[in-house]
Order: sequence, then structure tokens, then C-alpha cells
Amino acid sequence: MAKEIKLMKGNEAIAEGAIRCGCDGYFGYPITPQSEILEYLTAENPYPKTGMVVLQAESETASINMVYGGAALGKRVMTTSSSPGISLMQEGLSYIAGAELPALVVNVVRGGPGLGTIQPSQADYFQTVKGGGHGDYRLITLAPASVQEMYDFVELGFDLAFKYRNPVMLLSDGVIGQVMEKVEVGEYKPRWTNEYIAKTYPWALVGKPESRGHNIITSLQLDPVVQEKVNHKLQAKYKVCEENEVRYETFQTEDAEILLVAYGSSARICQKVVQLGREAGIKVGLLRPITLWPFPKKPLLELSKQVKSILTVEMSAGQMIEDVKLAVECKVPVQHYGRFGGMIPTPTEIFEVLKTL
Amino acid sequence: MTREEIIKPENLVYSKTKVLTDTVMHYCPGCGHGTTHRLVAEVIDEMGIQSETLGVAPVGCAVLAYNYFDVDIAEAAHGRAPALATAMKRLRPEKFVFTYQGDGDLAAIGTGETIHACNRGENITIIFVNNGIYGMTGGQMAPTTLEGMVTATSPYGREQQFNGHPLKITELVAQLPGTYYVTRQAVYTPALVRRAKKAIRQAFEYQKLNKGVTFVEIVSNCNSGWKMSPVKANEWLEENMLPFYPLGDLKVPEKE
Ligand SMILES: Cc1ncc(C[n+]2csc(CCOP(=O)(O)OP(=O)(O)O)c2C)c(N)n1
Ligand code: SF4
Repeated sequence: MAKEIKLMKGNEAIAEGAIRCGCDGYFGYPITPQSEILEYLTAENPYPKTGMVVLQAESETASINMVYGGAALGKRVMTTSSSPGISLMQEGLSYIAGAELPALVVNVVRGGPGLGTIQPSQADYFQTVKGGGHGDYRLITLAPASVQEMYDFVELGFDLAFKYRNPVMLLSDGVIGQVMEKVEVGEYKPRWTNEYIAKTYPWALVGKPESRGHNIITSLQLDPVVQEKVNHKLQAKYKVCEENEVRYETFQTEDAEILLVAYGSSARICQKVVQLGREAGIKVGLLRPITLWPFPKKPLLELSKQVKSILTVEMSAGQMIEDVKLAVECKVPVQHYGRFGGMIPTPTEIFEVLKTL
Repeated sequence: MTREEIIKPENLVYSKTKVLTDTVMHYCPGCGHGTTHRLVAEVIDEMGIQSETLGVAPVGCAVLAYNYFDVDIAEAAHGRAPALATAMKRLRPEKFVFTYQGDGDLAAIGTGETIHACNRGENITIIFVNNGIYGMTGGQMAPTTLEGMVTATSPYGREQQFNGHPLKITELVAQLPGTYYVTRQAVYTPALVRRAKKAIRQAFEYQKLNKGVTFVEIVSNCNSGWKMSPVKANEWLEENMLPFYPLGDLKVPEKE
């Protein structure tokens, strides 16, 4: 069959990806720069066609708890928001992680703190990968760098969420959300049937049959001995995830002496910087983490044996740089260049910094 | 009669409904939560909908309700049960979905979720246990605490000028077109228990019609939080709670 290509905004690709991959439910509240997702979904009105529920909630608090309720049924449910809304969701995310439920959350990040700006930013890195909510939990975090990845990572996110029974965060930003690019879209996949869910996910709430005891979805363990065991189990799961799910991409690193590390739209900008550097005779390469948690520690450690210095480029005051430093174990100097508060760095200004390394 | 004779099925006059598990309840003796649990479970049993029911437990004294109701059930974050239930019912509209919530859960931290689930007319049943206090955390003031009532955080009595008025959330949700059946009951006498059970049954039956939220408030006691014996607490409930929270239907479906 001929490939189906569409020209779409990153936000629209999220919505289209959800409908086509067989998502069961979307619950969200409007916020710039990602309101197109809810608008697109309500305009497409998938319910009569696929049975996908799309509901505008009264707040992000409600959205994430609707996601919690849907996920408890073994349904593929999601929400999307931008920074202030994601802050409101942190309690719910912690519950979902604690109750070991699969769910997909998209953050199209804008500049903060506070109401901040509606312009793009990457300043929610700490909140996402260090656990913005309470307790020892992790969010599997995917960082798309193109509209195509916005589309692809919806299905990938659901797959990982169900594989690990863990919430997955798609950490995007206002650039990727708003930019228009070509997207190769996939076929429409049917939603899972209730019978399939009952058979495949024995933990799901489907209505207690005579044949088994009742299923309980909870994150509460009053007995600290048991709660510690629960935490050990979570940590063991995270370890497996760290071993198997690291994703990253390298660009001209084979002979690199200087390494740029950047994700999302910063990585797109840094590709241009590599080109400028190479034209000027500087041996520069780029590593782009695709999963921010689990973080590509091993490839970074390997490259640290080869390069003389590392520059992280982020649209923040320097957050991912902490993980890069931990990964390279002080083997090479690591510096940060960032613009923030909604400002986007240009390739030339990064190139100027590169020349000083 | 010997014990053996008493437990013969033909001599049985009373037994635990099968929709309650064998887990020993943690509720204080005399607390209305236990009775209310039993009524909800009996209704589910009598309607034969155990396998068709999905429950949502609150944060509050009833947080462990998931250990007692023998149905598939989730434990929500504090106040968010109606949000969970909204998604559950929308994704499995053929199921019976109910939340079980206290007054702090439903009328303080979860007010937004309560109002909007009711206003959207979600086809769920809300069982609301109003004991005028935060039982679980040790008897602090709730939005439903009566004027002058002494609690751990209103040690000189709730003062209207400072703390505002007790919130009649049930009257409030009855105003919303999204609610179909709204009633206020109590469970501290056998006659009231029977009436409350009828109301809960009605609420679950109406869920089949898909006409909106069915909402049953149970005016209850918290003898521990109120620092009273169970008997005294029930007297106090009748004398003080009921004049402010009068029993009866607030909204019944119009005859069609
Ligand atoms: C976000 C959050 N805030 C506060 C608490 C603490 N907390 C637990 S139960 C409760 C009050 C419960 O009171 P109510 O809903 O009236 O139920 P009752 O215990 O009286 O049955 C509070 C404040 C919590 N668990 N989560
Ligand atoms: S503290 Fe109050 S509400 Fe909680 S179980 Fe005891 S009497 Fe019931």
C-alpha cells in the first residue's frame, strides 16, 4: 500500500497518532501551546468511528485522575498539557506510578516558572525525570525531535507503558508542538476488545467474575514493611527498563573531539551547529538522547573516552547537564549553553560558544 | 440450641452478604461506615450485578473500602473519585460504577470533581457519607462541620465569621440538571437503615437509565472524632445534624 503522508503540526500528529494507534480515551484541558491536540480530537470526533472517548475535563487535576480511572480498566488512555498543567498532575502521576498503571502523558513544555510564557522551553526536565510528584518513582520519558516522532511516540509510549505498567511521558516543547512537517502516518489499528484486555492484563478492573477474587488498584500500603517491598519491586522494574529501553541517536560522532548533547528541538538546532563546526574544521558530533529516562549513560561514558569536551545545549538554565556529568563520571569537562524563558538559541550563537571550547 | 444447630442453613436468619469480603473492617464500633458498606453490598448482591460493578474508594476513613467490597475496585487520590468514575463509566458504559466518599473528600478537596461530574451528568452513583468531620486524620473541621461544633482544628467551636458556613453540597448538586436522583438518608436506626437501603437500590437501578448522577448522602456519625460514645453520637446526630441536614429526597425523577 502507498505510504500516506500528511502535513501537520506536532500537536496534530499527537492527536492523529492517538486515533490511529487504537487509543481508548483522551482527557484534557486547554493550555497553550498544545490546545490543538484537544481541538483536533474534538473536530475529528473519533468516537463514532473507533470508539475512542474524547472528553474535555474541568482541570488538569481531573484529567490525570480520569486517566487514572481509565488506566485501571486496562484501557489505553492519555492526557496532554503544558507545564503549569503538568505541575497540577503530579499527585495523579505519582498515584498512577504507585498503582503500577500504564498511561501516556504529553507535556508540550513552555517557559516558566509560574505562568511564565507560552513560548517553547525545556525547563521541565527536572520535574519529569527526577520525579515531579512524591515518592520514589520514575516516568519513562521520550523526547521527540520531529513531528514524525510526535506521531510515532504515541504508539511507542503506549507500548512501553503497558510493557512496564508504568506511566510514560512524552516530553516535547512548543517548537515541536507548533511546527509543521511531513508525517508518514500508519494504518488505523482497532482498539483492544474488552475480552482481550481481560485475558491479557489480569490486573485490569473488568468486573469481578465468579472465577477469581476481586481486583484492586491501589497505591496504599499502610504497613511499611510491605511498602518497602513494593518499592523494591518498583526499583527492580526500573532497572530492567534501564537495561532495555535506552534510546538515543548520534550524529557525526565517529571522529568527534567535541560532543554536543541535546534533545528535542535543541537537538535539531545542534545538527546545524555540527554542520557549521565541520565546515570550520572543528571535529564536532552530537548525541541526542531519545529517552531522557532511562538516560543514555553508557554511550555517553564511551564517548567521554574519545572527546576532549562536552557541551550540553538546553532551553533551560541547565538541567540535563547534571545527568550528562553523572554519566561521564568527570572524565571530561562538561559545559552548558542555554537560553530560557521561551527564548530559542540560534545555531550561530551556539557555534560561537563551540569555538571557545 | 447448640452451635451446630444454630448454624444450620434452615435456622439462619441473618448472614453476611457475599459482596462483602471476609476481611475484618477497621471502622470504629458504632461508626456508620460499616452499615453503609453493608447496604451498598447488599444492593449489588440483590441486583445480581457483582460482576458488572466497578467501585472507587476515597481517601478518608473508607480508604480501605476496596478490601471490603468484593467487586473490582480502584482507590482514588483524595477527592478525585468522581474523575476516575467518569472515565470508567465512559469507557465501560455497560458497567455499574459507584464512588464511595466522605465529606472532606467530596465537599472540600474534591468539590470541583463532584460539581463537574454531576454537571456533566455522568451515569454513576455517588455514595456520600457525611459525618461532619475529617475522621481519618483525627477529627479536624470539615466543610460540613456545624456551626459551634468542636473539632481538632476548631477547638473553640466552628465560627461562622471566621470559617464560613457549613456546606450543603447535596442541596447544591440537586440544583444541577446533570443529577437525576438526589437523596439524604441516615443509618442509625433499623427503620432508617431500611429506608437508606431502598434509596441506594433506587440509585443503582436508575443508573440503568443513563440519565445522570444518582447521589445518596448518608448523614452519619464519627463517634471517635466527635469524642462521644456510639449511643451519645447517634443522639447528637439526631439533635444537631438532622435539623441542618434534613433527611429525605432532594430530587426525584419526574413521572414520565
Ligand atoms: C492530597 C491530600 N491531602 C490531605 C490528605 C490527608 N487526609 C486523608 S483523609 C482526610 C480527610 C478525610 O475526611 P472525610 O472525607 O470527611 O472522610 P472520613 O474520614 O470522615 O470518613 C485528609 C485530609 C491526603 N491523604 N491527601
Ligand atoms: S474515625 Fe470516625 S469515621 Fe472513622 S471509623 Fe472511626 S468513627 Fe468512623
